[in-house]
Amino acid sequence: MQDQIVLEAIGVSKTVASPEGPLTILADVTLRVRAGESLAIVGASGAGKSTLLALLAGLDLPSTGRVLISGADLTELSEDGRAAIRAKHVGFVFQSFHLIPSLTAVENVMLPLELGGRSDARAVATEALGQVGLAARLAHYPKQLSGGEQQRVAIARAFVTHPAVLFADEPTGNLDTTTGQRIAELLFDLNSRTANTLVLVTHDRSLAGRCSRILELDAGHTVS
Amino acid sequence: MGAVRFAMRNLWRDLKSGELAVLVLALTVAVLSLTAVGFFTGRISQGVHAQATEVLAADLRLESPNPLPERYFTAAEARGLRTARTLSFPTAIFNGDQSQLAALNAVGRGYPLRGHMRISDTPFGKARATDRIPAQGEIWLDARIIAQLKVPLGAALKIGAASFRVAEVLDYRPDQGTGFVNLAPAALMNAADVPATGLIQPGSRVTYAALFAGPPAAVAEFRQYLVTSKSPGERLREIDESSRQLNSAIDRATRFLSLASLASVLLAAVAVAMGARRYAARHVDTVALMKCMGASQAFVLAISAIELMLLAVAAVAAGAALGYLAQEGLAWVLRDFIRTELPPASLAPVPVALATVIAMLLGFALPPLLQLKNTPPARVLRKSVSAPPLAGGSSYLLALAALTAILWILVRDTELVLAMLAGVLGVGLVLTVAGYGLVQLTGRLRGGVGVAWRYGLANVSRRGLGSVVQIVAFGLGLMLLLLLAVVRGDLLADWRSSLPADAPNNFLVNIRPDERGAVRSFLKTHGMGEPAMFPMVRARITAINGMPSASIKLPKDQGRGFLEREQNLTWSDGLMEDNQLIAGRWWTADERGKPLVSISTEYQESLQLHMGDQLTFDVAGESLTVKVASIRKIRWDSFRPNFFLVFPPGLLDGAAGTYMTSVYLTPEQRPALVDLVRAFPTVSVFDVDAILRQIREIMDRASLAVQYVFLFTLAAGIVVLLAAVQSTRDERRYESAMLRTLGARRATVLQGVAAEFSALGFLSGTLAAFGATGIGWVLARRVFSLQFTLDPAVWLIGIVCGTLLVGLSGTLAARRVVNTPPIATLRDE
Repeated sequence: MQDQIVLEAIGVSKTVASPEGPLTILADVTLRVRAGESLAIVGASGAGKSTLLALLAGLDLPSTGRVLISGADLTELSEDGRAAIRAKHVGFVFQSFHLIPSLTAVENVMLPLELGGRSDARAVATEALGQVGLAARLAHYPKQLSGGEQQRVAIARAFVTHPAVLFADEPTGNLDTTTGQRIAELLFDLNSRTANTLVLVTHDRSLAGRCSRILELDAGHTVS
Repeated sequence: MGAVRFAMRNLWRDLKSGELAVLVLALTVAVLSLTAVGFFTGRISQGVHAQATEVLAADLRLESPNPLPERYFTAAEARGLRTARTLSFPTAIFNGDQSQLAALNAVGRGYPLRGHMRISDTPFGKARATDRIPAQGEIWLDARIIAQLKVPLGAALKIGAASFRVAEVLDYRPDQGTGFVNLAPAALMNAADVPATGLIQPGSRVTYAALFAGPPAAVAEFRQYLVTSKSPGERLREIDESSRQLNSAIDRATRFLSLASLASVLLAAVAVAMGARRYAARHVDTVALMKCMGASQAFVLAISAIELMLLAVAAVAAGAALGYLAQEGLAWVLRDFIRTELPPASLAPVPVALATVIAMLLGFALPPLLQLKNTPPARVLRKSVSAPPLAGGSSYLLALAALTAILWILVRDTELVLAMLAGVLGVGLVLTVAGYGLVQLTGRLRGGVGVAWRYGLANVSRRGLGSVVQIVAFGLGLMLLLLLAVVRGDLLADWRSSLPADAPNNFLVNIRPDERGAVRSFLKTHGMGEPAMFPMVRARITAINGMPSASIKLPKDQGRGFLEREQNLTWSDGLMEDNQLIAGRWWTADERGKPLVSISTEYQESLQLHMGDQLTFDVAGESLTVKVASIRKIRWDSFRPNFFLVFPPGLLDGAAGTYMTSVYLTPEQRPALVDLVRAFPTVSVFDVDAILRQIREIMDRASLAVQYVFLFTLAAGIVVLLAAVQSTRDERRYESAMLRTLGARRATVLQGVAAEFSALGFLSGTLAAFGATGIGWVLARRVFSLQFTLDPAVWLIGIVCGTLLVGLSGTLAARRVVNTPPIATLRDE
């Protein structure tokens, strides 16, 4: 199980059109991530971290190269096909939480379950919010929650479907140091308990240091 | 799967959050205006239709030279219809040794089934409505007979073998007709008295009529029965052929009401398009997130489509209920004007409203939703990523298809649909191009103005495409409102002028050639003017292009009538005032006496004639073959004498039996008719005052309804404005917060907003006035055949109202945004 490769990028590049001509924002990245492993992607602003995350999660397509999640080649799938893979295998935590403002905490956590057609969405979501310490905040709307609480809801939402791979984009970037540390604790704790794979994009070297592996990007190229 | 459940939950959340307010409002106002107009115009046109049936004194009328079999009456009564019988024949009425030819009408119980008769106590005196018919032994006489025979009311008269008491002066019968069939003045008696007169003998020229009336469905069903079972000699008369004048007026009224209701719907469609864009804009982040979590494109589209459909159903229900109340309110407001009872509203507008709302959503709301489903999931990481525009201009095609569908659902008149479509698209295009130009220009103007105006004008030019969209939307809205004002004003003016207060209300027919001069001087002496006199010749068509009329097959009954009955022909040097040549040319002085004929469009269409066809007529036993030299469109509702067939002078000179003319008589001049009839006993006076009154009444009703419809159009226009303000709300909120954080006073920001909306209003108003004038011209000339007058008020109203309306409402609507504390906005971002 531990040796199984759940996420693989082979020669992945991304080139976009710009007024000055084609611009390569990611060049020939190859990586393999095993089940249960945690990978930190680090680098300066504009190094291509978020682009790589988008490609690994199938949110975008590479200009060249292939990306595989649990053996499925994302580059050969349609947008709906990639969405189906995400629904089944992938969870997300974002820097700006991305909670839906018109939904309560529990409704936000229910969303991926409902999309997956689960009829027990409310019960499962309630339990997940309990696990992140928000059992008393079920009916609160995002704007009634603090930043840390909002990120907890987002983490509960990410884990509630037991994804094989969890992508986290600067999960503590919008939080103060203390809250950020608590959120990081929660994230790694849940990661070790569920034994899923964690791919973490961050500026924060200490946070990256908690991962089993670090991939550093510089101007779209892999440094280590 | 759960898409429906999911959509319903989503709808509920969206409603709670107020995100759908503008869209709901737009749809509800659309349905409200559509159904209120539909319910009310339905009732009005049914009322008008009921009024039109008066001309038959029934809903259906079967006429025959022979007594009508009892089975028709049994069959009608079995279907729940009311029936009545009449018979009429020409006869002489005697008072001592004086006699007068009269059209004697004998009527049975129940007559008239539609409308009322009017009687008076003195000849040509003030008339009153009555529901009774002459009692046995009574006779009611036309004023002309009383004048001619010098017989007072209460005196006895002899008709055939029976004697009658003159009981009333007969002023008006609903079925007296507007043609010139009954030249002789009328006398009315009870049908039970006919046998006693002994006048009906084999060979008598009697017309028997059976009258039927009842609920529309039963009438329609009975009509079918009559069509299949009537004998060849029996003629079914229906409303459609009863009166060309009435039909012409009703046709215009219905067309105009459709146009009026259409304006509100088109405006609402603009609001729906803007509301849907706003919906899509507000949901784009949620959709990106849902796709990130694995939602498919179909699922995303299904959710929004189901949500909108649920909204549509709710809006139709709410809008239709409000529409029903609105039209009830209108009927109450107009209770003094609408003298006859209006029939209850039918539910027919509800499915029409639903179909229209669906077309609106498919055409105007679907494109943003299609784009929404294409939102790239990567937007969750980078806000700058957005969905690509729809391929191949498909959103425009969808809107165009929906627009055409809506126009067709509501108007069902190809010419009007095409005119409206061309108008809306043309003006949309002009507005877009002009809008771009003006937006560029405004950007350059901002150097020389104060800070608030600079901010406002800079916004107009910076929003670029957004500003153009708003100018087009406001411009279209204002244009439709102005169009309604222009066309409505012109149409009403034309109605009035086509029926001026002094429109001829009496026709004088049967004027002998040798009496012409004397009649003319009589009219002049009595202050009745010097009207033109038209020769009249009776003739029957016997062949078309050499084919005998008996062997000609025609699709319509009216054509058969033209073939079988004698027509009144005339000749004329020039084209008559209310006639418009639509083919061929009018004859020159050199063509005097040439075998030519000018035919009316009705005659041409009914007999399927073409230019150059050879028509053979039997004129007083002589055969005459003429060539179709021109085709004329006649405005029958002018009420001046008009003829299906006009010949060049010099061709029929010997054949003219009599002349006719028409005059306008004031109520004070009417008694002079007694002297006229005495002085010229053969002249028949045909009074059309009653029918004129009837037509004016119809026009007044229609114009009231149109003004009411105008209110809904205005409401729809305001929703467009709200939608437009709403669509820039988020952007405005952020900008306002930023400016205030940088130290701008609240008043400065508000002035900037006012400047921006006033500029937008000014630009839209200018363009709308231009568009409304153009389309008004096309509609007036091509569709309604009216004179179009350029109205400077349109420009003034367009620009002033555009600037004020858009400026004020925009500023008011955006005020709350400006008032939001900057910190609240910036925290949200």
